[in-house]
Amino acid sequence: MKSRVIVSTTINGEPTEFLCEPRQSLLEVLRDVLGLTGAKEGCNNGNCGACNVLMDGVLVNSCLVLGVEAESHRIETVEGLAVNGKLHPLQQKFLEHAALQCGICTPGFLLSAKALLDHNPDPSEAEVRHWLAGNLCRCTGYDKIVRAVLDAADSA
Amino acid sequence: MQQFRYIRAHNVEHAATLLLQHDGRARILAGGTDLIVALRERRLETELVIDIKGIPEVSELSFDPVEGLRIGSSVPCHRIYNDATIVAKYPGLIDAASLIGGIQIQGRASLGGNLCNASPAADSIPALIVHGAICDIALPQTRRRVPVEAFCTAPGKTVLERGEFLASLHLPPPPPGFGAAYLRFIPRNEMDIAVVGVGASVQLDESRQRITAARIALGAVAPTPLFVQEAGDALIGAEPGDEAFARAAAIAQAAARPISDMRGTAEHRRHLVGVLTRRALAIAVERARK
Repeated sequence: MKSRVIVSTTINGEPTEFLCEPRQSLLEVLRDVLGLTGAKEGCNNGNCGACNVLMDGVLVNSCLVLGVEAESHRIETVEGLAVNGKLHPLQQKFLEHAALQCGICTPGFLLSAKALLDHNPDPSEAEVRHWLAGNLCRCTGYDKIVRAVLDAADSA
Repeated sequence: MQQFRYIRAHNVEHAATLLLQHDGRARILAGGTDLIVALRERRLETELVIDIKGIPEVSELSFDPVEGLRIGSSVPCHRIYNDATIVAKYPGLIDAASLIGGIQIQGRASLGGNLCNASPAADSIPALIVHGAICDIALPQTRRRVPVEAFCTAPGKTVLERGEFLASLHLPPPPPGFGAAYLRFIPRNEMDIAVVGVGASVQLDESRQRITAARIALGAVAPTPLFVQEAGDALIGAEPGDEAFARAAAIAQAAARPISDMRGTAEHRRHLVGVLTRRALAIAVERARK
């Protein structure tokens, strides 16, 4: 029963193969098999957004995707945001606005914000708040996060 | 999580055959936003997970002016509300698809899955009902069609029998003068389960001054989403306006069978049915006149 499956995928632009059990979530595969610990396990049921990644450019909860479902798909995680040691503009703005405290929710927020700006480069504050409603943060009160995202959009 | 095998079905027959062979010990996987949580929390047990997203028909989203809209049962919400044709022609459906969960849930969750979960509070079901959607149900060799309003039989229960699964949804093409809307009440702005949901659609005549047909469907006020045919029928021949909407709303309120629970009291729910029915009708009419 405990058989593992070979999965071929692309993670942060790199063709990647891994072995996983069908019952392992993409989040478990990223963290425990591939050592990509940026995506976090918060609620493990799709409510908190801490595990958010992009799958073929679409924002998903990686805790609600099976690792085997990643076959032939393109996955982007927070580890792929900075290029050659240079922070992504969203990461830079999160730092400048102090849009984080404990940091657990931050990778999820960054991926959600990236998906938003890819889809809508000039969002209103209401659009940012609506788009980020699926990401929970217990430290910041959200305001600094919203300002960081709006600033990143303005600076682009 | 519990152990299970995973198979990607190639076509509808393959999926239906696997389902039949593993009678009661297999589960269909579309977006997984409910299934994976249920398996993890052991609310469901399964030996096999059948992923249907690779089946062309099941992942198809297409509109034809004569045939109407075909939504494969695994098509995620984001594909629906990012499609300009569907936005223009099926506004009630767009209302519902845009408020199920957050953006990341909409990246995976399908209307087919929302329907098969058969929650009394499912947002997409009243919207599908008022758009006249029909379920295309697959068996290994045959198909059968069931209107959405007859699909759910109890909380979490549907008409699906042994070996059957939902392949696609079919919505008729809206004629000129058609409008629809779905509204729900929740105590905050996002990410919540409906206390009450109401879908309404209207067909106006050529002058756009008279209603020739209307449909009203309610969510979270009965064990299943409720199609209130008599509320829509009461609007036939009426001039759109507060008086007619209030008449239909009163019929909808009488048809509701709400319970009191953590989300609201029966009394509050019955009140909301009236308010939301009037408002949804007003929006549907406004859209029908555009």
